[in-house]
This record gives sequence, structure tokens and C-alpha cells, in this order.
Amino acid sequence: MPDGKDPLEPVDPGQAIAPGGGYGGGMDLAAADAQTLERTPGTGQDAGGPTGKPRSLWSDAWRDLRRNPIFIISALIILFLVFIAIWPGTIATQDPLKANLAKSQAGPEPGHPFGFDNQGRDVYTRVVYGARASVTVGVCATAGVVILGSVLGGLAGFFGGWWDAVLSRISDVFFGIPVVLGGLVFLSVVTNSTVWPVVGFMVLLGWPQIARIARGSVITARQNDYVQAARALGAGNRRMLVRHIAPNAVAPVIVVGTIALGTYIALEATLSYLGVGLKPPTVSWGIDISDASNSIRDAPHMLLWPAGALSLTVLAFIMLGDAVRDALDPKLR
Amino acid sequence: MTTAPRPATPERPAGPDPDGREPILQVRNLVKHFPLTQGILFRKQVGAVQAVDGVSFDLYPGETLGIVGESGCGKSTVARLLMNLETPTSGEILYKGEDITRLSGRALKAVRRNIQMVFQDPYTSLNPRMTVGDIIGEPFEIHPEVAPKGDRRRRVQELLDVVGLNPEYINRYPHQFSGGQRQRIGIARGLALRPEVIVADEPVSALDVSVQAQVVNLMERLQDEFGLAYMFIAHDLSIVRHIADRVGVMYLGRIVELGADAAIYEHPTHPYTQALLSAVPVPNPEAREHRERIILAGDVPSPADPPSGCRFRTRCWKAQELCAEKDPPLTVPPVFRGTAGPTEHPSACHFAEEKQVVPPE
Repeated sequence: MPDGKDPLEPVDPGQAIAPGGGYGGGMDLAAADAQTLERTPGTGQDAGGPTGKPRSLWSDAWRDLRRNPIFIISALIILFLVFIAIWPGTIATQDPLKANLAKSQAGPEPGHPFGFDNQGRDVYTRVVYGARASVTVGVCATAGVVILGSVLGGLAGFFGGWWDAVLSRISDVFFGIPVVLGGLVFLSVVTNSTVWPVVGFMVLLGWPQIARIARGSVITARQNDYVQAARALGAGNRRMLVRHIAPNAVAPVIVVGTIALGTYIALEATLSYLGVGLKPPTVSWGIDISDASNSIRDAPHMLLWPAGALSLTVLAFIMLGDAVRDALDPKLR
Repeated sequence: MTTAPRPATPERPAGPDPDGREPILQVRNLVKHFPLTQGILFRKQVGAVQAVDGVSFDLYPGETLGIVGESGCGKSTVARLLMNLETPTSGEILYKGEDITRLSGRALKAVRRNIQMVFQDPYTSLNPRMTVGDIIGEPFEIHPEVAPKGDRRRRVQELLDVVGLNPEYINRYPHQFSGGQRQRIGIARGLALRPEVIVADEPVSALDVSVQAQVVNLMERLQDEFGLAYMFIAHDLSIVRHIADRVGVMYLGRIVELGADAAIYEHPTHPYTQALLSAVPVPNPEAREHRERIILAGDVPSPADPPSGCRFRTRCWKAQELCAEKDPPLTVPPVFRGTAGPTEHPSACHFAEEKQVVPPE
């Protein structure tokens, strides 16, 4: 204050207990204040109070997540998947490539709990070893798509103008490319047999979907008065994006992202089936599922185990995304 | 761009100075036109919505200037221009003599500390994903020089107390509060930086009538306590009469009449003000029977294509040829000049005459 007067000074913190008591305002106001204080919906979690630790959205969300059984279960499944993707040998001691044609399509037997596939390879070992390629493709493609899509789409939605127009037209172009045809064209020229060309291709074709969703939800969030209020306080673009827009625009991206993760693992299977995705000797659930799909009536175990592992993975990520989204919405607490 | 010719600005367009004080905010010929464009790739401008077209007024320290007018007359755009949330097409906003429309970066941020805003809708003006403590504490994070870090929490709780909320609610989220309580939170946020001016854009119109009085009383109390100047925008004439010291009536992007609240309410000279006031509900049934209700014909013209001359002439029962040719300036009408009565206040009408439509309070 230029006049050096502190307008907050006259308020004695001791008055806090008796609202309205020390104010110059009329008694009607004091009574009304007392009434509104009592009317506040109680939620039973006012712990903290003025003496406790200050809370924020993220600390509250984390507190919420730690108590959520869905989050704990899905996080344990994902940790387990990551563990076997890195060290498959710890729970599967056999060689996933060792074939015994005499056992082709044979059912379970001691030491081979899931049975054998077409070429007499142990299905259990292949399911364990397949996690690496499938989880890598799914997680990396999703991460790439979500990061690229939400950054590009979010900035386009926030700043608008020519950047938005150009980006929207570019994403239209990528939307127009059929995924399978695009995969055949792009990946058939690649000789590298690792998962990275497949991941790159998925990111290339997948980002416009997330970009559109992010753009839409950022535009919705941007129009709220609280963003104007932050601007009126003098907040910069970064603060507005990080504090106000991102937390309020992230929910649809999380939902679509977690569902897309399963789609990408399945797409890897499709591309592998067409011979342009991962190539043997790489072990992946997708390859095994497409191999097994021809003999589902004779030997269903060949399909069910890798497909079950794939479903469990997708389910775990969707549950995780759901739990995170709910934790970030204070209204659901 | 199609700009109707404006008359030269009078030296003091904003009416009499209450106490001979220096105005804290001077608005001069403020114009905001929103371009209307056509085409996707090659945009070409086909016209402009003249949301605000030549608005001038002064705001003095510690006073309340009420701005009334119907929806779409440009009230909220004036508020957004004052907050520098929009860039004016032309005109200036002088805060203590400095034109804030030309500021940017650090200088603008410094000025923002002194002019704060209370928003209309308490349901969208608070970030649903921030705790009340974070919402009210955000001004301190943006302007760290106002409060040292360790002191902020105490300051936030003080602010909650000042606006009549329990300081223990600091960790709650906005959805846990009622509309009136949320508006108190919004007011606390506005007060955090100890501004001198608060622009309140319809701060109570989204609230229940019973709660409106509480919030208006709170705002009056805070004004006395902190010496705030309010620019209070509303379409509810009774609330403006209650809180405002001076009132400006807006129609189609312009102020048509400006004066002390008693002068505007009891001695209106502009036909639009008279029509507006005749719509105010009268609690006394006997007075209600005797009063005259002025019903305007037609709709508000499009601000993209306003009428020539006086903007109100298409709906005015006094309109003559002169009104279409000459735009009446916002000055004291010649018939009242020098009368020293309550009718001697600026009124943009060629045929201004007093007509009492509201019984004296």
C-alpha cells in the first residue's frame, strides 16, 4: 500500500473464534456469518486445521491413492510386469526359443504348466518373456503419444491463433492415414528388428487423437473465470498452464491414454501378424496370439495364456488411470 | 472499422468530484471493438462488435461507482478492460496518472497488485482442484514480495477471518462451500494483495437473494475497513442503489447518464434511465398503482451495427430528427446547467428532462 497503512492490521487473530464479534458491521451480518459457518457441509476430514500441514491437490491425491485398493492392486500388477519385463529369468528358467516339435500343441504337464505351442515351445516361458516386448511397446507408445499429443494439443488450445490452425490441419492429415495400411508402408522399409520402429510408428500415428482431446479440454478449462482471476493477479502463462489448466484438463487424457495402451499392444499384435511388426525371434504376446489364433479350437491354451496376460496388463493400466483420475478430482473424495 | 464520430471529450466527463479529491482511476474515451471475421484460412474483417464505444469516468479513493445496464451493454467488457484482461481498441485507463493499457511485464504486474477483481460466478471463479488455502495464497506466490513465505499461511487465515469464514477451512476445496461462501473466498483472494481498487463484476447476481445481502454488507464493511474503491457492476438496480455513491447507466457500449446515486435514482434526466428505473419493483402496493411504467418498444440494436447519432433513439419516445444526426455528448444538459440542483449531472440526451419514476427512498 502506498500510504503505508496495513489494511489487515486491525484484525486481531483472537477474533477468529467469534466471527463477526469484533467487526464494525451490523449484527445482522454477524449472525449471518455464524449461520453460514455452521451450514458448511461437513465431510469428516477436516484434519489438519490451522495447525496441521498445509495440503494441496497433489498431497491430497497421493494420500487418497495410498488408501485406494484399486490403486494398490493395479500398481502391484504393473510393478510385477515391469519386474518380469526386466528380469524374465527370475521366474521362468527355460529358454523361450527352445522347440520340441514332438510336443506341438500339447497340453500342460509337470514343469510346463501352460502347455506347449505349435512348435513345441513352452507357453509359460514365452508368456513371461513376451512381457518385455509387449509392455515396452504399450508403455513407450502410450507415453510418447500422451506426451507429444498433450503438449502439442495443450499449447494449441491455450495459445490458439495460427499455431492452433496449423497443428489442427497437420493432425487432420495424420488422422487420414489408415493405421494398418500406414504400418505396412512405413514398417516394411525398416529392417531394424527391435521394438523401437513399431513404437515410433505408433507415436507418429497416435498423437493426433490425444492432441485433439487435450486441445478440447484445455480450451474448456481456459474459459473458466479462475484462469482469468489468475491472469488478473499477474500470473504468467507457465503458472496458469501448470497450476490451473493442466490439473483441470488432464482427466480425459488419462482415460484415453490408458485405454489406448491396450490398443497399442493389440496393434503390435496386428502388425506382427501382418509381418511388419516385431519379427521372430523376438518374443511377444502379440506374435503368440496371432500364431495361436489359427488353432484356437484344437489347442485353446496357446491363445488363452498370452491373451490373458495381455488383458491383465491392459486392465491394470486402466484401473491405475481410473484411480489417478479420481484422486485428482476433489469432488469425489 | 466503422467508428461513429464522437464528440470532443469534455474536460470533466465524469461528473462532480465528491470531495475535491484526486481520482485514483481515470478512464478516458475507452473503446473496445471485437472484430468480426470471415473465412478460415484468409481471415478478413467484415465488421466489429462495438462492445464499448467511448466510455469515460473517474473513480475516487474509497467510493463506490455503480455501473448498471442491461445484458450486452458492455459492462463486463469495461471491467475486463480495467483489469487489463482485454486490450482496448483505443482510449486510456489512467491509474494515478499512468496509462495502464500500455504497460506490460513487470510494470503491469506491479499495477495489478492495486486493482483486483471479484467475479460474477462463484462456481467458476475458484479452481475446483485447489484448496482454499492455495486459492487465497496464490496472490502471495505471484507477488512474493507482499508476504514472506513463512507468513503466508497466517495471512491466508487472517483473510478467511476477515471475510467471515472459519480459518480452519483452509484445507477444504471450493465444492465444499455454498455459493455465498465461495464468493467470500473470491473476495478474500481479491483482498490478499491489499488493492486500492476492486472491480466487482456482478458479484452477487449469481447468489440467492438472502445471501446477496450478506455479501453486499461484507463488501461495504471491507470498504470502510480498508478504504477500498469499488467499481460495482450490476444489473440489479436496488443493489446498486444500496451500495453505490455514484451511478453510471450504460446503454449499448456507452454511459448515458452519470451522477450521484440520489440524483440518478430520484432525478433521472435520460429517457433510458427513466425507463430502466420504471422497471424496478416497488414494495409499496399503493405507490405501485400510481407509478408510470415505461415500456420500451423493440430490442436493443446489434452492437455490430449501432444506430447513427444517439444510440437510444430507435427505442426512445422522444426521438426526433436531431437524434439521428447528432450524437449527444455526455455532459450536463444545457437546460440544467447552473441550476445547482440534483438534476445537474451529465446526461447524454438532446431532450433531457427530469421525470421521477421511483418514489424517494
